[in-house]
Amino acid sequence: MEHITLLIGIVVITALGLLLGLGLGVASQKLHVEGDPLVDELKAMLPGAQCGQCGFAGCGPAAEALARGEAVITLCPPGGRTLAARLAERLGVKVDLSAIKDKGPQLAAIAEESCIGCTKCFKVCPTDAIIGAPKQIHSVLTQACTGCGACVDVCPTDALALQGVLVSMRTWSWPKPLTEAA
Amino acid sequence: MTVPVTSPHIHAPLSVQRMMIDVMVALLPATAYGVWLFGWPAFNLLVLCLATALASEAAALTIAGKPITRPLTDGSAALTGWLLALSLPPWAPWWIAVMGSAFAIIVGKHLFGGIGQNIFNPAMLARVALLISFPVELTFWVAPHPLNSPTSPGFVESLGITFMGVSNPDAISGATLLGHVKTELGRGVEFAQALPDYYSFSAIGLGNISGSLGETSALLLLLGGVYLLARRIISWHIPATMLATLALLAGVMHEINPARFADPLYHLLSGGVMLGAFFIATDLVTSPGTSRGQLIYGAAIGFLVYVIRTFGGYPEGVAFAVLFMNAMTPLIDHYLRPRIYGRDRSGKPLAYTHEERRQ
Amino acid sequence: MKLFRFRGGVHPEGRKESAALPIIKMPLPKRLRVPMQQHIGAPAEPVVRVGQYVLKGQLLGSAVGAISAPVHAPTSGTVVEMGMLPAPHPSGLPTFCIVIEPDGKDQWEEFPVPRDPQEMPSEIIAERVAAAGVVGLGGATFPSAVKLGAANSRHIHTIIINGGECEPYLTCDDRLMRERADEVIDGVRIILHAMRWGRAVIAIEDNKPEAIAAMTAAARGYGNIEVAVVPARYPAGSEKQLIVNVTGREVPAGALPASIGVLMHNVGTAYAIHQAIRYGRPLVSRIVTVAGDAMREPRNVEVPIGTLVSDLLEFCGIREEPARLLMGGPMMGMSLSHADVPVIKGTSGVLAMARHEVTTSETTPCVRCGRCVSACPAGLVPLEMAARARHDDMKGAEEWGVMECIACGSCSYVCPSHIPLVQYFNYSKGKIALERERTRKNNETRQLIEARRVRVEREEAEKKARAAEKARARAAAKQAAAQQTEEVTP
Repeated sequence: MEHITLLIGIVVITALGLLLGLGLGVASQKLHVEGDPLVDELKAMLPGAQCGQCGFAGCGPAAEALARGEAVITLCPPGGRTLAARLAERLGVKVDLSAIKDKGPQLAAIAEESCIGCTKCFKVCPTDAIIGAPKQIHSVLTQACTGCGACVDVCPTDALALQGVLVSMRTWSWPKPLTEAA
Repeated sequence: MTVPVTSPHIHAPLSVQRMMIDVMVALLPATAYGVWLFGWPAFNLLVLCLATALASEAAALTIAGKPITRPLTDGSAALTGWLLALSLPPWAPWWIAVMGSAFAIIVGKHLFGGIGQNIFNPAMLARVALLISFPVELTFWVAPHPLNSPTSPGFVESLGITFMGVSNPDAISGATLLGHVKTELGRGVEFAQALPDYYSFSAIGLGNISGSLGETSALLLLLGGVYLLARRIISWHIPATMLATLALLAGVMHEINPARFADPLYHLLSGGVMLGAFFIATDLVTSPGTSRGQLIYGAAIGFLVYVIRTFGGYPEGVAFAVLFMNAMTPLIDHYLRPRIYGRDRSGKPLAYTHEERRQ
Repeated sequence: MKLFRFRGGVHPEGRKESAALPIIKMPLPKRLRVPMQQHIGAPAEPVVRVGQYVLKGQLLGSAVGAISAPVHAPTSGTVVEMGMLPAPHPSGLPTFCIVIEPDGKDQWEEFPVPRDPQEMPSEIIAERVAAAGVVGLGGATFPSAVKLGAANSRHIHTIIINGGECEPYLTCDDRLMRERADEVIDGVRIILHAMRWGRAVIAIEDNKPEAIAAMTAAARGYGNIEVAVVPARYPAGSEKQLIVNVTGREVPAGALPASIGVLMHNVGTAYAIHQAIRYGRPLVSRIVTVAGDAMREPRNVEVPIGTLVSDLLEFCGIREEPARLLMGGPMMGMSLSHADVPVIKGTSGVLAMARHEVTTSETTPCVRCGRCVSACPAGLVPLEMAARARHDDMKGAEEWGVMECIACGSCSYVCPSHIPLVQYFNYSKGKIALERERTRKNNETRQLIEARRVRVEREEAEKKARAAEKARARAAAKQAAAQQTEEVTP
């Protein structure tokens, strides 16, 4: 008689297992999340300048590579150490960030005495942040500049340089309180 | 760039240390009375609990690599030890005191992250752990042996009792009021008959009966509670709802069947209800932060105390009720938030009608 | 009139001893340093040069854009310096200032004076108030003319004149109401006239009985002005809380008081509007409470804007080296690391606090006592927000409502563990603002890149079209030429 009880037990548990396994399979199909939310999240963290300094075709491909684990988190110079730290935290990667000099937000600036008006710079600017015409001194629209550095590379007279943005009353904020308490 | 000094630049004259001291002051009358009532062994118990609590706190802080002096002197560890001592049988052996206190501080407080991080009331956690692990020792009740009575053990003799156990247990032990009544009711005796001979208002009010060290004198504890309310260390929400719910429930049930269910006064003045209502349930860390949350919390504890006492397996339910509601506190805090200015209860910005705006 | 309660709040010691003495005028100091940014909005643009002689009330810097205010010379004298100089700000960063050396004559510029302000059109009133550089003198320094703009007047039914002054130590509004009640009421009437309709409620805390009496007497006879006595509690003088006190309505989150038909002006602002409209005088001085136990005698002083705090303290008489120097009140005021900063339009008080008055207790861990929750007038849960901020969980902090925090300091005041809650929230707000700015910049960059791509494509298409056109033209010309040669050669 005990055999019947044992048999019933086995049958019930097996049936349950099969049923629940089937349920999981159906759920993985029906409740599947389209796209990779990780890629979108990483893309939002990157500066979006599409400057290409990371070696990828833009911030989108760079985010995909990061999500796949094919790129190092120190790939983005304009993002600096802050971005590298955030990427490391998000992807759970340990990395030594002391090598990265965090220059902070940077903007391009044209030394007007050196500018020859060759127009090479505004042709490469991804956000059209440089205005000027041939043979005329060019100028940087700081609001549109993302500090990607593409213009600095092409300037034949080194008139372009990236300068750190100074902290002003507008950008200052309170620091975190230092307490040893938990 | 200089790091600025933050506002506000003035502060209300209170600190955690002051609050702890006030609670200890409130506990003093009942504790002194309990020690007098049960003699030197009770004093030893108290001292052992306090000392172990402080030592465990120091040890835990050292292991965690945190500074010792400030937390040790803020009084929170000492208070935990004190409350634990009050909830133990007065002649409990030394190892109960030491294990209990150490458990309360190390497991109940520091394993959760230290002060402010624990979910459960450390004293109650330790008491319940002891009760379940050592049921015999934790239900060994002695009748009162006031210090000035001839039957009370001398100091040296009490050291023997604490460290080497009681020589003749049967001669001194007795049941608590709650234990006695529950057993009788279980045997089918009517409530009025189940009450022991010594039962009177003064007996349970002043507490010349057996019980744990701090449970007996309900009135002195009430006095302490009123002191805390007056000093604004605790707010009225939790004690009021706990006692009111307990009394209400007991009253209703007593009306329905006076033979089977005890009356409200009995419930309010016996066991650990007074201690629980003013000193244990009101513990800052483990109770909800908002007034509404506290009202629900207090009421639920009152309800649970009654249910466990009347229908549960143990004669006393305060410790279990408190621990159960401690687990509910994060839930209460999550859902019962205050209403933010300019928003309705669901968090959406307020929308006034055109008419309302024109007034 | 029926009044309502706001939630939370604390009861710090009033320390209103400075209200016992009348206002005294400060004599002209040697130098006056006038910052171009003393208000919310864009800083004023300088219109004078170094070496230029200016009269009292002459324009030093003009307003830039809609949310801005002009700045005027506090006395007659010569502009001796213009540049980045220390100004009151928690960062300690300098700001652009114009330094004037008084010539001692204190000579006003000539201003047109109207016959009767009550006959002036409301748009002109708003214009004149703007030109006078009047900003909110309660401390917020919002340009007052923006509130007087015609766009508002349709919806506003109640103007609340804020005579609350709930911060301890500060009594400048109290003395102003006691001594110059008629002028304040005149200012209130001008505001009412500019708004075209509605009533004015002058809200005064109940710890100022003399001010209540003075203002009630001055308002007698004007049916649309009444005085409301509100219970003294910090922060009753805060705009949102006072609106609840007086009207029973809360300002909806994310909206302005104007959306529920209410506007608020400080009593000092009403006085400044009276000066601006009735006498044409721009805002060049204000009453400042100089108090604190490090001062010989706490009292109120009428100070020219731009007076250095060091000069002010010297004039009032300092008793000992202050343990902390504050600009504003002790609950929300700013700590000054040195006295070499000027008094600006929003300076309601300068406090030289002695050792025993300020708290420097060590912070201990949060015990979740919930006192901060009971104290918060905005209905927030500071202990949860601080816990999130401590772990840099800005999303969590925002979810618990940190952006609704009015930074009144009630929570920090009552915290038994002395946790610097306000600093945690200021830190969080800064980080959240930074994140929002970064996101906005990212979006803008994406749009710019897209716009550039479109431009490049368009140019390519045009180039191709032109090339195709040229090719066709060449082909057509060739054909024409070929045809011609065909015609020529039979």
